[in-house]
Amino acid sequence: MDNLIIAGKTYSSRLLVGTGKYKDFSETRAAIEASGAEIITVAIRRTNIGQHADEPNLLDSVPPSKYSLLPNTAGCYTVDDAVRTLRLARELLDGHTLVKLEVLGDPRTLYPNIVETIKAAEILVKEGFDVMVYTSDDPIAARQLEEIGCVAIMPLASLIGSGMGILNPWNLQIIIDNASVPVLVDAGVGTASDAAIALELGCDGVLMNTAIAAAHNPVLMASAMRKAVEAGREAYLAGRMAKKMYTASPSSPVEGVIASARSQ
Amino acid sequence: MIHITINGETRQFNQPINIEQFVDENNLIGKRIAIERNGEIVPRSQFAEQFLADGDCLEVVVAVGGG
Repeated sequence: MDNLIIAGKTYSSRLLVGTGKYKDFSETRAAIEASGAEIITVAIRRTNIGQHADEPNLLDSVPPSKYSLLPNTAGCYTVDDAVRTLRLARELLDGHTLVKLEVLGDPRTLYPNIVETIKAAEILVKEGFDVMVYTSDDPIAARQLEEIGCVAIMPLASLIGSGMGILNPWNLQIIIDNASVPVLVDAGVGTASDAAIALELGCDGVLMNTAIAAAHNPVLMASAMRKAVEAGREAYLAGRMAKKMYTASPSSPVEGVIASARSQ
Repeated sequence: MIHITINGETRQFNQPINIEQFVDENNLIGKRIAIERNGEIVPRSQFAEQFLADGDCLEVVVAVGGG
């Protein structure tokens, strides 16, 4: 079987999905089911104290018994906020250690602050977290994060929520070639072909949220993403043909083509 | 009277209260929450033992949708 292994655990799906921006929890659940994803990201936020006692909880729709939840540090701009958020997540999820670290550097682009990300990763790895880390597509940053002990490197394809697709496949290729832990594209995927390209490049997986949640039909897009990830992975494993620049090569026999009746 | 900051808002309590009582009074029993007190995690097993003190800062969080 061609499985994805992260921090020693085996997954059959290479598509990881978020739970944000859906109309309601019912749509969240339907989209996740259609995606076939096993690792599901969640955010950690302050609860309303003393209000909405019967408010539905996300974890009722996405139960930790069924999915590997991946708490994130979305919205954190400092090492301290990110580390505290994930300690709370570990407590919330009964000692669960698989986490997604992101330390942002700018509210407009949500671009990662790599210096702070590295500092936070060092602390979290020492505390026993299995850190999947959101980063830029800088191969040196990726290498340093791997050296710290992150269990997966997750470079952006383009800005979070932008749907701009894979803007720098060359940098992704360098990161993939150098890494000995899984590399997953996180952020920027807009449609199914983007996901397929990521897998064709040799990425081990793709993490997405907005591309599914902001589609006109999220459940159908989730299904499309599932197929795109599977197709991209199979194409990668199959090994694509070499590109021939400016030279055609016929697929049909050159010999035996009928001739014009008049020339015979 | 003690003042506690909970999720960024200051609240007053007339008598000593432990975290378990706080959770109970705010209908949070049985909910999937996690609590941090002055920057340190409070394990669920210690909710009954830890009494809130004047000036404490609590963060009470849940999992929500996110990517």
